[in-house]
Amino acid sequence: MPHKSFPAALKAAFPHTVPILTGYLAVGLAYGLLMASKGYNFLWSGFVSAFAFCGSMQYVAITLLTTAFDPLSAFFLSLMVNARHLFFSLALLPKYRGLGRLRYFLIYTLSDENFSLSSTVEPPEDADPTLFYFAMSLLTWLYWVAFSMLGGLIGGLITFDISGIDFALTALFVVLFIEQVIKQENRPAGFMGLACSVAGLAMFGADSMVIPAMVLTLIALLLGRKKLCA
Amino acid sequence: MRLNFIQSLIIVCMVALATQITRWTPFLVFSGGRKFPKMVEDLGRLLPPAMMGLLVVYSLRNTDLFTGSHGLPEAIAVAVTAGLHLWRRSTLLSILAGTAVYMLLVQLVFV
Repeated sequence: MPHKSFPAALKAAFPHTVPILTGYLAVGLAYGLLMASKGYNFLWSGFVSAFAFCGSMQYVAITLLTTAFDPLSAFFLSLMVNARHLFFSLALLPKYRGLGRLRYFLIYTLSDENFSLSSTVEPPEDADPTLFYFAMSLLTWLYWVAFSMLGGLIGGLITFDISGIDFALTALFVVLFIEQVIKQENRPAGFMGLACSVAGLAMFGADSMVIPAMVLTLIALLLGRKKLCA
Repeated sequence: MRLNFIQSLIIVCMVALATQITRWTPFLVFSGGRKFPKMVEDLGRLLPPAMMGLLVVYSLRNTDLFTGSHGLPEAIAVAVTAGLHLWRRSTLLSILAGTAVYMLLVQLVFV
């Protein structure tokens, strides 16, 4: 079946990744530029982006690379900042189960953005689901690596003002949140997550909100689970 | 002022390792053909909307409500994105318009 081929999946996946392309353009370029300013050239930014692929944590890692050598702190800090991925992959377990070997790449690249797309966007009928999810994740991974390297190479040459363009990622999350809660059965859980995260942020501040927000959300969902999943 | 080559490599590996642990643990715990416990199945259904709520807040976490522009550019741009999306349901239109509004606000209005 030629229409179930990988190019067809790429074509179906690409439009969904455009917001991420826009957001990564800004955030990736800025990352490469910042790395270069600290003495890590575009090969380093490309390597970290391809290998670690963890967005905002890579910004934090710049700090770790420019202070006293402390690998244990680096490990535990990354664990805490990225703890939210535990819930992403828990949420996608059933969906990814039937997807064969390509799912290893999907798990490897399970960023905020890939989680949002994979959990909200359904593959079109004329595309193979596995290839469709793989194509979305592959594209966003390539964008991130390419823009990080580009930032290290030519980031300094950008003269027009692109500040604020990273709002594309916030807008993506807002839109996909709406897509989730537009379905009646998802509404309580969506607003519970929103409220618990606001509470986590209000109580613990921007730098340590992730784990409290996750714990509160988990408690709320487990308490309401019998009712919500009836 | 940066770490040397080997030290840098070790730090990057630590960051990558910890990140991958957060992504793989649930898959490794529930690997094999076993049926998921009911609780995991329920969480698989409830977590996607809940985590989208978390991501909205997380991506706005550094907004300063008490000084500067008091979060007004963010509030306006989120309202434009959400309003447009509820009206037209076009993902690209909502995101591009919301982002354009935000860029205009932070570059020209709230400078």
